Parts: sequence; structure tokens; C-alpha cells
Amino acid sequence: MATQRTASGSISTGTAPAGPASQCSSDEDLLDAIEHAAVDYFLETVNPANGLVPDTSRAGSPCSIAVVGFALSVYPIAVERGWASREQVLAYSLAALRFFRDSDQSGGPEATGYKGFYYHFIDMQAGRRVWRCELSMIDTALLLAGILTARMYFDRDNAEENELRAIAEQLYLRVDWRWSGHGTIRQGWKPESGFLHYEWEGYSESIILYVLAMGSPACPLLADAYDAWTATYQWENLYGIDFLYAGPLFIHQFSHAWIDFRGIRDALMRDNRSDYFENSRRAVLVQREYARRNPLEFAGYDENCWGLTACDGPEASTATGADVGARLFGYAARGVPYGPDDGTLAGWAPLASLPFAPSITLQAVRTMHQRYPEMRPEGRYASSFNPGLANTDGASWVSPGHYGLDQGIVAMMIENYRSGLVWRLMRGCAWITNGLRRAGFRGGWLG
Amino acid sequence: MEHLRDSPPYADEYLERQRMRSVRPADWRNPEPARRYGLVVIGAGTAGLTAARTAAALGARVALIERDLLGGTTLNIGPVPSKAIIRTSRAYAEMRDAARYGGCVPEDIRVDFPRVMRRMRAIRSRLSRADSAQSLAAAGVDVFFGEASFTGSDTLKVNGVTLRFRKALIATGARPIVPEIPGLAEAGYLTNENAFDLTEAPRRLLVIGGGPLGCEMAQAFCRLGVQTSIVQSWPLFLPREERDAAQLLSDAFARDGLGVRLNTRVLSLRVEEGQKIAELITDDYRSAVTADAILLGTGRKSNVESLHLGAAGVAHDREHGVLVDDFLRTSNHRIYAAGDVCLSYKFNDTAEATARMAVRNALLHGRRRLSGLTIPWCTYTDPEIAHVGMYVREARARGISMKTFTVPMHTVHRAIADDEETGFVKINVMNHTDRILGATIVAHHAGEMISEITLAMMAGIGLRRLARVLHPYPTQAAAIKMAADAYNRTLVLRRRRWTSAWLRWLDRGA
Repeated sequence: MATQRTASGSISTGTAPAGPASQCSSDEDLLDAIEHAAVDYFLETVNPANGLVPDTSRAGSPCSIAVVGFALSVYPIAVERGWASREQVLAYSLAALRFFRDSDQSGGPEATGYKGFYYHFIDMQAGRRVWRCELSMIDTALLLAGILTARMYFDRDNAEENELRAIAEQLYLRVDWRWSGHGTIRQGWKPESGFLHYEWEGYSESIILYVLAMGSPACPLLADAYDAWTATYQWENLYGIDFLYAGPLFIHQFSHAWIDFRGIRDALMRDNRSDYFENSRRAVLVQREYARRNPLEFAGYDENCWGLTACDGPEASTATGADVGARLFGYAARGVPYGPDDGTLAGWAPLASLPFAPSITLQAVRTMHQRYPEMRPEGRYASSFNPGLANTDGASWVSPGHYGLDQGIVAMMIENYRSGLVWRLMRGCAWITNGLRRAGFRGGWLG
Repeated sequence: MEHLRDSPPYADEYLERQRMRSVRPADWRNPEPARRYGLVVIGAGTAGLTAARTAAALGARVALIERDLLGGTTLNIGPVPSKAIIRTSRAYAEMRDAARYGGCVPEDIRVDFPRVMRRMRAIRSRLSRADSAQSLAAAGVDVFFGEASFTGSDTLKVNGVTLRFRKALIATGARPIVPEIPGLAEAGYLTNENAFDLTEAPRRLLVIGGGPLGCEMAQAFCRLGVQTSIVQSWPLFLPREERDAAQLLSDAFARDGLGVRLNTRVLSLRVEEGQKIAELITDDYRSAVTADAILLGTGRKSNVESLHLGAAGVAHDREHGVLVDDFLRTSNHRIYAAGDVCLSYKFNDTAEATARMAVRNALLHGRRRLSGLTIPWCTYTDPEIAHVGMYVREARARGISMKTFTVPMHTVHRAIADDEETGFVKINVMNHTDRILGATIVAHHAGEMISEITLAMMAGIGLRRLARVLHPYPTQAAAIKMAADAYNRTLVLRRRRWTSAWLRWLDRGA
């Protein structure tokens, strides 16, 4: 595996079980194998010196701050499952938090962050901005969600864990949420050109961002920002299914990795007698129906083979023979029913919806494993595969290496399905519950 | 247009002479003005012509003043010529995509650009006959050619001659906005006012602006073989439309091979060796595009400058043009306005509707309100994007809970048979009711389909009743009935508890 392994110390966990997981006898064994492989991505690729984790396992990949957020959330799982020691992941977590605390917050072109937010991609060693990327609000939120997960998990009274909790508070409370938006939160900022021009529109993965921004006791976003953000939500009936529409699956998954939305409702969900958890279940049904209809007639799609989401994908240069001229989108937020869709599926995407619709997703997982074992090189999901772009041996095109975001969401959603660990930790986080209440959520476990 | 097949070279001149004979006769003499007109209409575009004819039909003494050509934007430089060109461009797109429809792609697809433009001019000439100066005069309208300017609250001058009026209507329309880009004037540019005078196709075209006009023209020229790029400062095209519609359009453009530059501004233009080079910026990333012609699609602004509105006490501003109240009355109660000069919805149908409304309000003390209009519109790209009524954002701003019934075109049998599956019908209703608040349609002929929704909204027909309207099978408009059927199914699900109890009761003795 072409990992960018920067760890100089030993990695204590074993490697993922080899061979197709579909051969495992029970769902529990299958999920355990997949989850273990996903968790190992972080343990294998983390830079122990600063806790940074690469965006992908490809050589030279920089760190994605969102992937660090997933890493910090996955470490407690590793401990509870016996795949890593508490001391080991505490060291990684502490290293990451110390790094962000001490990072250059000047907002300069080669700094790490500004106003408590961080650049989307930073280099694995010094943690400086790369690719002239944006200061990313949503990716900072995913990082902070991980930081708060670590704060909730490492609850012992000893020097390291006390320090971790103190830094976590410091990092969360120093974010200047009010700077990040007028009305709604802006998507990003660059030192060269200021705030990005893009506006959020429609339902997105950003509930976690708004909950964190509104829950802060330091400089919270005003409550009407949530109303302004949800003003473009579209409650739709599509394929006969009522749901809050968003095309790509990840939108229906990311915030759910940390927040248990079962039974808690904001104004929109109260009005429509649903909740975001049920909404994500319906999103699964819509995905499945789209794949069953397969309007663009891509190879492989059916009711048990789906997964259109943000993922890597083939570029135009990948196409050969009859495929030349086909439209290929590379890394893109693929979605249903309006695309983009180039026949590329994320094998892991159904599993990331596991808690919402277990039987449907497990059926899809087993089918896809059986048909396309190549989508899990070395026992771990690749970012995507495309059955229509097969090589001469008939194997699908497969995205090289592995992506941290994919491994993180898979590990967390499997664990939430199995034990509810991360949900339970975050229910205890007062800033999260405050944020939810300020956004108008009521009922269920929120009371 | 059969006669165009072997048109002689003088056809263009002939057509142009024919058209000018209708829209600006060379030998026209302005009539002796009446002592006082019941209505003076300034501007003979769609709104002005409609107003003049309506007022004359009501028996009013009417004067119509035009400084250039009768027919205005719609006939001469706007919707009609562009649709003629779009039709040809669609024909070429279908030729290239013939394999999709089970046909063979012709071996030698050549674009004869002069022929495309000649067809457009023939259509324009033919339509201009309907509103010729002669026919207006015959209808009792005094037609004046010349520049009008107000001289008082009830007087104006045209070519030095004073006209007195009891009421006046400003219908001077709008013209393209020319953005302030360094080097633009020196590089030269086309707008919808002169693009249709082209006789040769540019090899490379840069379209600035991703609104309706820019999008329509960029796609049409691209399909006519012009290497076209479009630069849009927003992250999506047609920023007013809903995101999915704009997204589908971006995809369609990419399929056509159109160079799409979203979230990008033109910093400057320069000319080197006859080529126009545009410096672009996207966030902080700079790039350049080289073109042989530049077409502006950056919106339009009202024509008010030469009217001396101050002399008549008519308020106006740069953003909105002539300011009107809900009855289309200006700050001078003798003077009304209609059409592009005063509306943010700069559409032909809206110009017509507001012209009729303004005439009735002005002459018959009518109380018809602008806010009472249900205004549909359509962008004639492929697929077309049509909308009527409220968007989700507007509904939420008014505190209205909205639900959308969506039918993707790939579920519509006729769209599948036609291989025109890109698009959707989305009908917005007030949540928990069947009251239609608006709709967006993205489809090959969305402009034709939206009228059914407009009619339903005007007539107060809800989705539930719409489900009872039979549609010939198979048609693409059946998508509207499918949306209505989806609404009905939600009712059935709600009532299922009751119906099953009822059926169990009926079966109790069985």
C-alpha cells in the first residue's frame, strides 16, 4: 500500500484482515473487519510528532484538517475495540491539539489558520498552508468536532488528559464565529482575495458547523443565522418519497457521525413530522431508487449497488477505447437524481448510512463486495470504483490509495451503529447541546 | 423558409428593405399633432405597441413616438431573432448527436453561418409586417418618429413639435449594460443590439455574463461551431433560478463543449495582433482567454436618459429605472410606465401585460395591480429553464412552509423516448395543502410546459384537481400530472388508516 507513512515510532495495531469481508459469516464479523481496516488508516498514517493525518494515502499527500477531526473521533473507537492503547492514541491526540494551539494564526499565505479557523490543507510536517487553499469553515468544524470528541473521551484526571481537555476548550473558544459570516456562515476565506464568493444553498452537511458556531459561549453566531441558512432548504417529494433534499449521500451522513439526530427536531422537521435521522434513511431509499432506475445506464447500478457521493473518480485521461469522450468528473460531489454521475460509485457510501437503514445498506454492501472485490484493495475501501471503466481483466477502475474522510465516516458510522459510542460522548458535550437548542432543536434526548 | 434554400446574394438587402419599410419607412412624415392626446405612448417596443393598439381600440386619441425602429427589443434585437438562431443551433446539435436518437451522424456537418443569419432576418422581416407604421396608422394611432422629451407635466416634444396629453405612458424599454472593464471599449464588443447583424461567424467568442441572454447566446454560438467561452461572476449560471436548474445547465454546457468559467471576473481586455485577450480572475487565480469577438450578456438597464423626466416630475433611479407604484403610476399621476423601463422582470409577455394594465388604469380608472400578475419566464437554453411563481427562498422569507413535488424527466416515458431526460418538473405547494405557489421546469420545451402551471395558478386550481386532468400519452407535459399524482399518493397514505378500517368494516360479515 502506497501510504505516506511518516510515523517513526512503531504502530502497535495489527493490519486489517485480508480477503473479501463478504466471506465473513456474520454481519458483526463483516462490520468488525471493515471498521478495523478503516480505523487502521489513521493509526498507520498519522504523523506522531504533530498528530496530523494525510488526506489520502498517496505519496506526498498533505494533511486535511477534516481528516484530523475524523482521526480524533476514531481514536476512542480504537481504544474501546482494543485496536490501540489509550496511551498511544492519547499521545496522537495531544500532539494534534498542541500543534493547532501553537500554530501560526496570522492568516498569512503560509500560516496554518486565522481567527480560530484553519486552512483546509496543510503540509504534514510543519502544518503550513498548501495549494493556496482556502481557510475552510466546514472543515474547521469537522476538526473541532473531533477535538470535542477527544475532550469528552479523555476524561481522566491526569496531567495529559487534563491538558488535552484544556487545549480542546481553548481551540473551540477561540474561534471567531461572528467573523465567519453575515447572516449565514461563508464557505471559506483566502488571504489573497478575502471571503469566497460561494454561498451555501439547500440542505448540506453543515448542521455540525452551525451547531458548533451557535453553541460557543465565547462569540457565538446569532440564532437567526440558522434560520437564514435553512431558508433555502427544499422539502421534496421525489420518487414518491418525502425528504429534505440533497443529492450526494455524504450530506446525509457527516453531521450524523457526531450528533445523534434520532427524535430531536428543529422547526422544519417538526413541521414535516420527521427528523434528520429519518431523513437520512429516506435519502438511502432515494439513492437506491435512482440506482434501480439507472437513467444514464451505467454498468453495475441496481438496487443493491449504489453510492453516489463526494469521492474520487476517473479523469478524462482514464478513458480508453469506446469510453473516450465519456464525461468523467474526477473528484466530485456526485449526487442523485441530477448528478453529476459518471458511473463512479463509492463502495463505502452505503456503510456510512448503516445506522439509518441497516438491512438495506448491508444488503448493498454484501452485493457490492461480492461483485467488485477490487473496490477494497488490501481490505480497505478505495474512494471509488467505476465498473464501466473496466480493464482487460474485467476489473473496475479503482481510485488509487485510500482517503481519510471515507475511512473516518465509515468507522464512526459503523461504531455508532454497533455501540453508539461517539453519539453518547457528544450528547454529553454541553456546547453541542446548547448549539442544538439555539438552532431550535427540541425533543428526544435533548428533552 | 423553403425559399431560402437558394437565396440570391441580394436576399439580405431585400429582406432588410422589406423590414425597414414596416418598422421605419424612409418616406414617413410625422402627422400633424392633435390638440391634445388621450394617451401619448413613448417607445414602440412590445409594451408601447400593445399600449397604443389597446388605447386606440378603446377609442382614445393616441400618439406613439419611436426614436428608432418599431418593434423594439423583442422584434429587432431580442427574443425573436435569438430564437431563430437557437432553432438552427439545435438542429446542428441534433445532427451531431444523431447516434443518440438511433440515427447516423452525417459525415460532413458544415455550418453556413450567413445562411443561419439570413433565415433569422427573414423571420424578423416577416413578423415586422404585423406592427408596421402603416397598420398602426390605419388603427388610428398617430405614429411619430423622433426623440421624445418631456417639457412639462402634460407636454412633451418630438422633433421640436409639442404634444399635449391627458395621460402618457413611458415604454422606452432597456438597453444592454456595458460593464466597466478596462480595455472593453477599445477591444469592441457585441450586444444583443448588434449581434444579430453579424454576417460572418467569429472563430472564437467570449461571452461575458451568465444570465439568460448570455447563456442562450453562448450555447447557440457554440453549437454553430464557434469556439465559445462564457465567464460568469457568480458560482452558478442564472443566479435567480434554483440550484439544480443551474447545475443541469452547467452540465449541458460542458457536454456541448462550451468553455465554462464560473465564479470568474474579467479584469481587463487588450488587443494583440487582432486578437482580443481577456484577463480573468477566479478567487485569486488568474488566467486568460483569447477571442475574436466579445458578446456582452451582463443585463440591461432602463432607457430614461433623454426623456427629461425631471421636467415632468417623474422619479427614477439607476437600479430600477422609472419608479412606479403597484398601479404602474409614476410620481406624476398623469404618467404611467410599462415594460422593461420600470420592471425588474424584463420579459416580452410582462411588457404586454403591464402595457394593457397601465392603459386600463390610466384611461378607465382601473385598479389593476402589478403584484396581481403571475409572471412566468423561460431561458431558452437546451434544456430550457422555465419558472413561475415563488421560489423556496421567497416562501421562507414570507414565513410560508413549502413542499416541492419533483418529477425527474428520466421518469417520463415520452422524455425517455425522445432521449430528452435531462431536467425535471418541480411544483411548489403550500405545505399540507395542494395550493400551487410556483414551479420550475427544466426540459427540452420547458417554456411550453410552464403555461399549464401558470393557468392552474391563475385559475386557483390545486395539485389535487390537476391530477384529474388527462394528458395525452405519451407527452413530456405528463410530468406535470405525475407531480399531481405524487401529491395524491401522499393523501392516500394519510387516509390509508381510515380506508382500511372502512374496508375491514365492509368485510366484517364475509
